[in-house]
Amino acid sequence: MSTHLPLLPAPEPPPPDSRPGPSWLPASAREQLATTPFGLYVHVPFCATRCGYCDFNTYTSDELGPGASRSEYADTAISELRMAAHVLGPDLPTVQTVFVGGGTPTLLPAADLAAVLAEVRDLFPVAADVEVTTEANPESVTPASLARLREAGFTRLSLGMQSAVEHVLAVLDRRHTPGRPAQAAAEARAAGFEHVNLDLIYGAPGETDADWDASLDAVLAAPVDHVSAYALIVEDGTRLARQIARGEHAMPDDDVLADRYERADRRLNAAGLGWYEVSNWATGRAARCRHNELYWAGGNWWGVGPGAHSHVGGLRWWNVKHPAAYADRLLQGYSPEHDRELLDGDQRAMERVMLGLRLRDGLPLEHLSDAGRVRAAELVHERLLEATPWSRGRAVLTARGRLLADAVVRDLTD
Amino acid sequence: MAGTVTEPARTDPARIRNFCIIAHIDHGKSTLADRMLEVTGIVEGRNMRAQYLDRMDIERERGITIKAQNVRLPWRTAPDTDDAGIVLHMIDTPGHVDFTYEVSRSLAACEGAVLLVDAAQGIEAQTLANLYLALENDLTIIPVLNKIDLPAAQPEKFAEEIAHIIGCEPDDVLRVSGKTGVGVPELLDEIVAKIPAPTGDADGPARALIFDSVYDIYRGVITYVRVVDGRISGREKIKMMSNGVTHELLEIGVISPDPKPVESLGVGEVGYFITGVKDVRQSRVGDTVTLQHKAAAESLGGYRDPKPMVYSGLYPIDGSEYPLLREALDKLLLNDAALVYEPETSAALGFGFRVGFLGLLHLEIVRERLERESGLSLISTAPNVVYRVVMEDGTELVVTNPSDWPHGKMEKIFEPIVKATLIAPSDYTGAIMELCQGRRGALTGMDYLSESRVELRYTLPLGEIIFDFFDALKSRTRGYASLDYQEAGEQESQLVKVDILLQGEAVDAFSAIVHKDKAYAYGVMMAGKLRELIPRQQFEVPIQAAIGARVIARETIRAIRKDVLAKCYGGDISRKRKLLEKQKEGKKRMKMVGRVEVPQEAFVAALSNAEPSKK
Repeated sequence: MSTHLPLLPAPEPPPPDSRPGPSWLPASAREQLATTPFGLYVHVPFCATRCGYCDFNTYTSDELGPGASRSEYADTAISELRMAAHVLGPDLPTVQTVFVGGGTPTLLPAADLAAVLAEVRDLFPVAADVEVTTEANPESVTPASLARLREAGFTRLSLGMQSAVEHVLAVLDRRHTPGRPAQAAAEARAAGFEHVNLDLIYGAPGETDADWDASLDAVLAAPVDHVSAYALIVEDGTRLARQIARGEHAMPDDDVLADRYERADRRLNAAGLGWYEVSNWATGRAARCRHNELYWAGGNWWGVGPGAHSHVGGLRWWNVKHPAAYADRLLQGYSPEHDRELLDGDQRAMERVMLGLRLRDGLPLEHLSDAGRVRAAELVHERLLEATPWSRGRAVLTARGRLLADAVVRDLTD
Repeated sequence: MAGTVTEPARTDPARIRNFCIIAHIDHGKSTLADRMLEVTGIVEGRNMRAQYLDRMDIERERGITIKAQNVRLPWRTAPDTDDAGIVLHMIDTPGHVDFTYEVSRSLAACEGAVLLVDAAQGIEAQTLANLYLALENDLTIIPVLNKIDLPAAQPEKFAEEIAHIIGCEPDDVLRVSGKTGVGVPELLDEIVAKIPAPTGDADGPARALIFDSVYDIYRGVITYVRVVDGRISGREKIKMMSNGVTHELLEIGVISPDPKPVESLGVGEVGYFITGVKDVRQSRVGDTVTLQHKAAAESLGGYRDPKPMVYSGLYPIDGSEYPLLREALDKLLLNDAALVYEPETSAALGFGFRVGFLGLLHLEIVRERLERESGLSLISTAPNVVYRVVMEDGTELVVTNPSDWPHGKMEKIFEPIVKATLIAPSDYTGAIMELCQGRRGALTGMDYLSESRVELRYTLPLGEIIFDFFDALKSRTRGYASLDYQEAGEQESQLVKVDILLQGEAVDAFSAIVHKDKAYAYGVMMAGKLRELIPRQQFEVPIQAAIGARVIARETIRAIRKDVLAKCYGGDISRKRKLLEKQKEGKKRMKMVGRVEVPQEAFVAALSNAEPSKK
C-alpha cells in the first residue's frame, strides 16, 4: 500500500519563496494515526484592536486581500480543512476536539463559525462527546450569538478576561469593562454552554497584590468550571516591550510573578478548582480542556489558518504567517505549509518530558533516561517533585516545581 | 689593509660612540630614532616606516619598546666636515619598569645616554629612574627636549627642571623635534663631541656583554653584544661565562639597519651573533661572552638570573584549548628568558598554568602575545607576588600561589617591597599621598623638581602595586602622575589569605593574599561582585569571604522562584523545545562549583577589575 498521497495537482509551479507542502505524511507519522487522539485547531487571525502585550498572529484590518478578508475567511479555512481530510485520508482519524482560537474568533459572524464546524462534521468522523471550544472576547458575544454557537455544536467557551481591575485592563489595552467577563460567562451558561473558562493574566505593570486578589475574587464569583492564569510575558517587538524599553512601564519581576502564581493556585484550589496543567485549573476531570491536554500529551492535531501549527506522529509543521499569503496558497491549490520538522527519537523523548511534566497526571518515570530517573529521586528530595506519585512511578511537579518546571525539565533530560 | 677606518671589525675605538636614549613611553624616542636613521642616510626616506626599529606588532601598536634594539650609524667627525669618520651605536632600551634589569644591561653597554624629555610634559618618574641608573653606570648624559614643534611645548620651563635634576645649565639642554627633524644633526654632533669613546684591552682575552637576545623562527637565537675587550671573530668557539657552555659561531655581524655579516667585532663595537641555539635561555641578557680557547678569567659582572616578581594563573576559556596554551607557552619561552610556568589545576577554571612574570606589563604582554599569536582566549587570575613564610616550627616556604598558603601556625610572613618614585604636578601631592598611605606605603622623601612639579618617594609593598595601583593613580591625578619602582627587598607583614566560598565551597580562583586590615574590604568587594554575576539557582547560595574558618563577609544569592514559560504559543511546541535546547546548551557551558552553576563570564568578570555589569 502506498502511503504517498499526492496533493492536488499544481496548476503552476509553486512560487519561488514557498516550500513544498505536506504533500504526503511520512509513513512514520501515519503509523499511530488511528490510535492517537486527534483534534483540529482553527486560527482566526482578526482582532478589533491589537493589545500591547500580544504577539499572536492577528490583524486588525478586515480587508487583507482575496480569501483573507473577514468575510471570506471561513471559506478559506474550509478549503484547508478539505486539504487536511485529503492528506490524512482515506482512513480518517476521529475528531475528539475542535478549538477555534485567535485572534478573536467571535469577530466572525456566528454563522461563519457554524459553517466551519459543519464542514468538519461533513469531512471527518466526529466523536459523540466531541469538545468544541471557541475563544471569545467578552465584548464580542451576545446572548443571541452565544445561542447560535451552542446550537451549531460548540460545547465550550473560553473568555479573555485578563483582569477585573480597570487600570490593569487599560495597561493591557483591553476594551471590556471589569464586570463584563463574568456577565458573558453567565450568558454562556444560560445559552447552554456546560463548560466556560476565564483567562487571566498576572503581573501586568502596575498590578498590585490587591488587584490580583480582586481578579481572583471576580473569577471565583463567576459561573465557570475552568480558569487559565498566565504570567505576563513581555515579547520582543510588542508595544509593551517598547514601553518598557522607554521606561514607561516596569518589567514584571519574577519573584512577584511567583507570588501571584502561588496565590492563584492557593485560592483556586480552595474554591475547588484544582490545577491540571501548569497554567490551568478546573473543577474536575470533565471540566478540563481536552484540546489543551492533547497538546501536552503528544496527541495529533491539524492546525488550520495562517501561522497555525500542526503535529501528526512526530511531524510538526506550520503554515505561512500572513493571511493573504496563506489564502493565496490555498486559492492556487498549494499547501499553506511554511516549514516542517520531523522529530528524531531524542527530540520526541525530550518533548515527552517537557510536555508531560506540565500535567497533573505527570510523566511515567520510564519515559526518563537512567540518569533522569536518578535525578528525579533527587528532585523529590528537593521538593520539586511530589513524593507519593513518584513512589508510584510518576514524576509530578510540586507547586514550587511548577514554577521551576523548565529547570526541572533541563535537569531530567541532561 | 683595505677599507675605511669605520669598517666593522677594524674600527678604531676612538671613532666609536655608544649611546642609548632614555625616555618616557610617549616622549618620542622611536620617532627620534627614525629621524636618526634618516639623517645618517642608512634608511632612505622612501623606505622609512614609523618605528623602524620596533620589531613586534605589539611594540608598534602600543608605541613601546619591549626588546632592546640597536643600530650602527655612520656620522661625521665634526659639524663642519663631510668626513664620515664616526661610528655611532645607538642602543634603544626597553621602556618599562618591568624590564629594569634589561635597561641596566643596555646602559652598561654604552658610554653615554641621551635623556629625552617631552617639552610639553617634563620628566616622568620612569625616565628619572632610568636616568639614575645611567648615572650609577657613569654614563655621560646629554639632555634633550623633544617635540619643540608642539604649540604646548614649554622648553624654558622643562629645561630648567632638567638642569635642576642633572646639575647642568638650562642652556645645555638641546632642543629637537623628532617629528620635523629639527636639531637632530646637532644632537648627533653633540654625541660625538661629548660622549667618551669606548676603551678596552684590544689584545686581552675577549669579553663581550650580552644586552639582548631574541629568538627568530628562521635563524634561532640572535644575541646582541657589545665587545669590551679583545676581539670576537666568526671562526671561533665562544663560551658563556655564567655557565661555561660553549657554542659554535655560525654568524657574526652588525645591524645597519639590516643585519650585515662581518668577520669580527673589536673593542667598543656593537653587533650580533648567531650560534644556532633555539632558546634564549642559552644566551642570557647580562652574561659575558668570551672565547673558548683564550677565555677571560673574569666576567664583566652584573649578571643575574631573571626573577619573576608577579604570578598569575592563565587558563584557556575553552578547556579543550589547554594543549594549545601549552604549545604557545613553550614557543614564547624560546623568546622570553624571564618567563617561568608550571601546570596548575583549578577546581573552578580547569587546567591551566601558573606563570611567573617580571611585572604587570610583562604579564599583559605575554597574555596578549599568547592570544594574538596562537588565537587563544584566556582568563588570568588576580596576580600575586612571592611570599616567604616562616612557620612556627622553623620551616620556611616560598608561596607563589594563594592555593599553597600554609594552614599551620605561621611565625612570620615576608612580602616583597619596592622603592617607588612618583612624579606629578604638585596639586596632586595630597591625592598621591592618600593613595600610597591606603596601599601601606611609607614616605621616604619628597622633592620639588620645579615650582609646580613634585617627586615623591615611597616604600610600598609590591603586592599593593600590582592590584590596580596604576589605574587608581591615573584616576586620582587625571593621568598626570608617573610612577617607577625598583625592588627593595622584603618586609615582614601581617598577611592573611582570604577565601571566597560558594555554598561553603572555596573557589580557588578567587582566593587572595591580603593585609589583614584589608581582608574585610576584599571579602565584601568580591562577595558583592559575585552576587551580581552569578545567576540565581534553584536554592539559596551563600557567598562567604573567610580567613581560615572565620567568615568575615557574607552575601546571599536568593533562590530563583520562577523558571517556567507559562504559555504554549498556540501549539508551537517547536519554539518551546528550541528554547529549552538553547538553555541546555548554556547550562553545559557553566562551571560547577559544588552544586552551583557559575557561568564562565562570571569568572572572567569577577577577575577583571571592571565593575560587574548589572544582570
